[in-house]
Amino acid sequence: MALNSANTTWQGYLRPDGRKGVRNLVLVVYTVECASHVAHAIGRDDPGAHVVGFPGCYDNAYAIRLMLALARHPNVGAVLAVGLGCEYTQPARLAEAVREAGRPAEWFFIQDSGGTEASIQKGKAIVAQLKARIADNARCNMTPADLIVGCECGGSDFTSGLAGNPVVGRLFDKLIDAGGAAVFEEIVEMIGLKDVLTSRAASDGVCQQLAEAYDKAERYCKEVRQYSISPGNFAGGLTTIEEKSMGALSKSGARPIQGVLKVAQPVPGPGLWLLDSVPDPHFMQFGYTNPNDTEGIMDLISVGSHIILFVTGRGSVIGSPVAPLVKITGNPQTFAKLSGDMDYNAGCVLEGQRSLDEAADELLELVLGVAAGNLTRPERLGHQEYFISYKHQDAPSLEAGCRA
Amino acid sequence: MTVHGILINAEDNVITLLENAASGPVAVVGETQIKCLELGEPVESGHKVALRTIPAGETVIKYGIAIGLATQAIEAGRWVHLHNCRSNLDARSSTLDLKTGAPSDTKYT
Repeated sequence: MALNSANTTWQGYLRPDGRKGVRNLVLVVYTVECASHVAHAIGRDDPGAHVVGFPGCYDNAYAIRLMLALARHPNVGAVLAVGLGCEYTQPARLAEAVREAGRPAEWFFIQDSGGTEASIQKGKAIVAQLKARIADNARCNMTPADLIVGCECGGSDFTSGLAGNPVVGRLFDKLIDAGGAAVFEEIVEMIGLKDVLTSRAASDGVCQQLAEAYDKAERYCKEVRQYSISPGNFAGGLTTIEEKSMGALSKSGARPIQGVLKVAQPVPGPGLWLLDSVPDPHFMQFGYTNPNDTEGIMDLISVGSHIILFVTGRGSVIGSPVAPLVKITGNPQTFAKLSGDMDYNAGCVLEGQRSLDEAADELLELVLGVAAGNLTRPERLGHQEYFISYKHQDAPSLEAGCRA
Repeated sequence: MTVHGILINAEDNVITLLENAASGPVAVVGETQIKCLELGEPVESGHKVALRTIPAGETVIKYGIAIGLATQAIEAGRWVHLHNCRSNLDARSSTLDLKTGAPSDTKYT
């Protein structure tokens, strides 16, 4: 890491559980699709209020764990839970859990609040009160050692494995060497690479975890008869999932993998972590992994990522709620075509303008600026895509350090 | 203006073009004795070209690993993609449109 980056400090937000955040948001969470319109109207045009929600009426343990992880994320200062009134997921229980984590939280049912217009007004008033309550949230010093950064790639092309992902991989190495944590996922884009993956294990126990996670992912792809590769990837020069996988894996850098996490399992400590979002076996096999890039991003945020790095080749315009998303492309033509959406052109490496190391230093400086409060392009454009869906994953064991 | 193709790993039998190329010479960048490759057909930026002849059934190697199998003999200088290279695992990709990757097996009626 460049010496000045390692010593960088900035002011973060200190949460009651001791975790530190880089944003101070109010999160509006809706608990069924019927409450979506009202929830979005409450949060619209308010950059300090983000909206997420779950569409189903029948509740789902995995989805609730994910919603709770977002609601208690270090970047979130307060929560408003909005329900219709007849669904299984209980907004009161979500609000209670958030309050137990020391943060202000309110909730209401639209059916009891006079319907659409009255609920929107009520919700906006509550959000305004919550914002006032968290405006003087305790601040604290933060350094790179306090950061958890997650990376997802999407809209990949031939540059993803040559520039975009390798630059992030080198940044991951530098952040980890400075004491921070990094998370990557998309095991369905490590197809054909079981040996490469297990060779990165920090211990024999982790080697076993990686092997099991890989086998599950490959089995999943065979069962659904679909591999994680799309028409644009092919048009962009990638011919097979094996080829895409080598390029995708390069986002993880060179450091040993400390362990495999499930969705909503907090990152246990510094170092590199692999997140497994593939569904576990269930009597009624259901749940997709990575049906779109946004789901993967939600998963990375759920384990505590403060900031998301998103690497694209073909070009993607998405952002994310809760954690700011830094948009990176390794394709200089894409950077030019979609310049209003792009934060960093890693294609500078392909064009010979920067070495991999220089580009990683430059990107890391940009990321630390985001941590200190600079807005990313997706943040400025108001992109806050989210995706919370039905899935089954076995709850992590207590020994792994997470409540079931 | 010279078109460049990059050889990522010394064991690779394909290069990846960094610009669109017409038939003709391409400068090869990377650890190889072959410094120039003659393209037998136009190939788009980002796509792969065989560095040497790959017999049918042989592995296509990029990043030093097997990324697929040649479904027919591929001469040096020819485009390597869905029409002559298949994944070891993914069957559907062989049915996609060669240029756009769009699927042909999903009904829209």
